[in-house]
Amino acid sequence: MSLVRVLFYFLSFIAIASALYAASSKNLVRSIFVFFVTLFALAGLYVLALADFVAVTQVVIYVGGILVLILFAFMLSGKETLNILQQQQEKLFSLKKLPALLLAGVFFIVLINVVLKADVDNLQWVKDAISFKNEITPNAVMIDNIGINLMTRYLLPFEAISILLLMALIGAAHLSRKEGKV
Amino acid sequence: MISLTDFMVVSAALFCIGLYMVITKRNAIQILIGIELILNAAILNLVAFGKYDKVNNSGQIFALFAIVLAAATTAVALAIILNVYRRYKTIDPNDINKLRD
Repeated sequence: MSLVRVLFYFLSFIAIASALYAASSKNLVRSIFVFFVTLFALAGLYVLALADFVAVTQVVIYVGGILVLILFAFMLSGKETLNILQQQQEKLFSLKKLPALLLAGVFFIVLINVVLKADVDNLQWVKDAISFKNEITPNAVMIDNIGINLMTRYLLPFEAISILLLMALIGAAHLSRKEGKV
Repeated sequence: MISLTDFMVVSAALFCIGLYMVITKRNAIQILIGIELILNAAILNLVAFGKYDKVNNSGQIFALFAIVLAAATTAVALAIILNVYRRYKTIDPNDINKLRD
């Protein structure tokens, strides 16, 4: 087994285990902090998929932005919120969760079946990409190519997403203002 | 190197964990974390397939777009959750059953 494979199994184990812990944890704060670990492990998986720029963006936006936002919203919303949130103590495998567990498990089996049947490694366009040298190799520098593509081929989605981000931020600021000051 | 199937299996597992969180959690913030897990499973697939597109980089660029969209979603969702808490004094989705005041 090569070092890359060992790293892949290690990182995916960390990602899945921490996601499971976040799903099963009764404590909200602990579940948020374990989600940090999941996101970092996923960034490592992106690096193994040879997408280093996406990995860095994941760390900057997800870990630095989204999770800090969640933590701030949670910590700033007062002590009584914390107390109410902590009260929802439930057992991990209570009978009420059995249908959800069943649904998630069966859906997982279906997905695995689909993945194995689809045989994605032998798809025609993947083979074509390998034979035409259109495959990203570990020593290729992709960041300048991403920048050029972002400003030429994908300029329209880029601008659309910037407008959408602006709308979402104004909407969020409008929604979270204090009542009665209109 | 790592095959595409491996990435897809990991992504399927993450997706199902996120699905389980969305269904069972009785706390809007944990449901939000479940949604983020599902989004990350999708991004992992995008990135894994984007490896075979060196010229156009479609997979990686749309993964970046998905990350930005997730940021926008989270900001709005948290604002809504804070408002719901202010009005109902709870963020359990089971107890929120009115759209009007």
